[in-house]
Amino acid sequence: MARLAVDVMLKPEILDPQGQAIARKLPQMGFEGIAGVRQGKRFELVVEGPADEAAVERVRKIADTLLANPVIETYEVHVLSDN
Amino acid sequence: MNAARVGVITFPGSLDDIDAMRALRLAGAEPVALWHADHDLRGIDAVVLPGGFSYGDYLRAGAIARFAPLMEQLVPAARAGLPVLGICNGFQVLCESHLLPGALLPNASRHFVCRDQRLRIDNADTVWTADYSAGQELVIPVKNMDGRYVADEETLTELEAAGRVVARYLDLNPNGSLNDIAGITNEAGNVVGLMPHPEHAAESLTGPSTDGLGFFTSIVKRLVTT
Repeated sequence: MARLAVDVMLKPEILDPQGQAIARKLPQMGFEGIAGVRQGKRFELVVEGPADEAAVERVRKIADTLLANPVIETYEVHVLSDN
Repeated sequence: MNAARVGVITFPGSLDDIDAMRALRLAGAEPVALWHADHDLRGIDAVVLPGGFSYGDYLRAGAIARFAPLMEQLVPAARAGLPVLGICNGFQVLCESHLLPGALLPNASRHFVCRDQRLRIDNADTVWTADYSAGQELVIPVKNMDGRYVADEETLTELEAAGRVVARYLDLNPNGSLNDIAGITNEAGNVVGLMPHPEHAAESLTGPSTDGLGFFTSIVKRLVTT
């Protein structure tokens, strides 16, 4: 078994009101020096077999068709652990 | 003469399918209930994708509904010219299915919005808006969590240049939609997505107006004359 992560982020040009709300709260909590916050999503998939090129490709296809909407989002696939 | 048969697809989590069928009946159509898991469009003449929270809106609004078995029939049929109206969640499903460009994101205010909304019809040439006139103003309810229409600059320019913005918010933009967009159409004019709910403005007893009926009478007249 292998574990792969898919990180999904809104494209930079798209307004992220949730990230903005978080960024506005930080100074009130005493955290200074944060110029911006963007909120994304993370998926972790447990894949049968090794984290080989085929597995990464399969997860990339899942990300592209379902987990992310390429019209508004970008995604990255990472291997977390192999067998 | 047979009444126009207009399907309404119910997904798990659809809320406004019954209201959509009632509005269609008031407009003179024969509503046909369709189930998301079926594989057959039952020979309908047009389809309405109703509002609600299909599949709980998990992942993204409309993202999972897009892959429903009946959508696999609907997408090619819509590309071949079948008239389709997506209302609210239905609009989200049409964008996720790439039948319409762009996407609908959570409201800029981060709050659910429910209000009687003034709109302007900007395109009265689609099969769903022919009973209106361009520039006509309506008041119909808007109620959504994910109603902020976004598209890249190029798409937006193309929509505006081709007159594909069907309806625009007046007075107040309830969700932060780009260019105050409340509804758009595909290039052919047979697929329309609309965030506000015309099916909730079809009877004076329960709606703020009957301004929404025009979407349904438009398609009925269109189907009778073709």
